[in-house]
Amino acid sequence: MTPDRLDSTFAALADPTRRAILARLASGEASVTELAKPFAMSQPAISKHLKVLERAGLITRGRDAQRRPARLEAAPLAEATEWLGGYRRFWEDSFAHLDDLLDELKTKEART
Amino acid sequence: MNTGTLQVTTPSEREIAMTRTFDAPRSLVFDAWTKPELLKRWLGVRNGWSLAVCEVDLRVGGAYRFVWRGPDGAEMAMGGVYREIVAPERLVSTEKFDDPWYAGEALDTIVLVEEDGKTTATTTVLYESQEIRDAVLESGMARGVAESYDVLAELLASMA
Repeated sequence: MTPDRLDSTFAALADPTRRAILARLASGEASVTELAKPFAMSQPAISKHLKVLERAGLITRGRDAQRRPARLEAAPLAEATEWLGGYRRFWEDSFAHLDDLLDELKTKEART
Repeated sequence: MNTGTLQVTTPSEREIAMTRTFDAPRSLVFDAWTKPELLKRWLGVRNGWSLAVCEVDLRVGGAYRFVWRGPDGAEMAMGGVYREIVAPERLVSTEKFDDPWYAGEALDTIVLVEEDGKTTATTTVLYESQEIRDAVLESGMARGVAESYDVLAELLASMA
C-alpha cells in the first residue's frame, strides 16, 4: 500500500461523521437521503463526506443516476488495518517471541 | 515468560525510544539480536510473516539485510550498516526500508542493561528530522490512530 493511499485513508477516517457513515454502510449500501436521516446534517454536507470517502477509495457510488447508492469497499480498510496492526504490534509480537526464545536459550545454557 | 510491557517514549524531538524488560541475561539478549538463526525466530515473526532472509555481517561497517515474507507473497525488506558494536551491551546501526514508509535513513541504538538476571533493552530510533519522527509517531502510535484502528476492527468484524 502506498503512503499516499494510507494518508487519504486515515484522513478520511479522522472524522466521526465519516466513521459513522462507514459503520452504517457496513450493514449495506445506502443513498444520500438514507444516510442523511440519522445525522443532523443536510444532504449536501453528507455528499461532501461521501466525496472524501470515495476519493480515499473507502466507498464506491452506484451508477443509478437518481440514488447513486454508496457502498463500502473492504480492501483499503483491510490494508489500513493490516498496516497499523503491523506497525503498532510489530515489536510487541516480536518481543513475545523473543521471550519464548530466551526461555529456551536459558534452559539450554543451564544444561551445559 | 513475559516480564514487561513495551514502553514508547520520545527522548528528543527526532527520536522514538522503546523499552522492554526480558527475563534473561543480556548476553543471551545480545545473541538473539545479532545471530541470524536466532533473529529468524522472533524479529517480525507474526501473523503469517516470517523473516525469510537474514544476513548479518557483525562488524563495524558490516551490513545487515532483513527480508520478511507474508501472506499472499507480500514482502518487506530493510537493511543498514553496523556503526558501533559493544557486545553484549550496545549496538548501533543505520536502517532503511526498500519501500520506504518514512523519508531518509534512521539510526538505531540498542542498549542492554542487566540487573538481577533480567535485561532491559532500550531501542532508540533517530530520524533525520522532527517532521519525519512526528509522521512515524502519528502513523502508528498516536491515540487518534489507535481509535481509528478500533473502529476499523469493528467495521471489519461486522463485515465478516
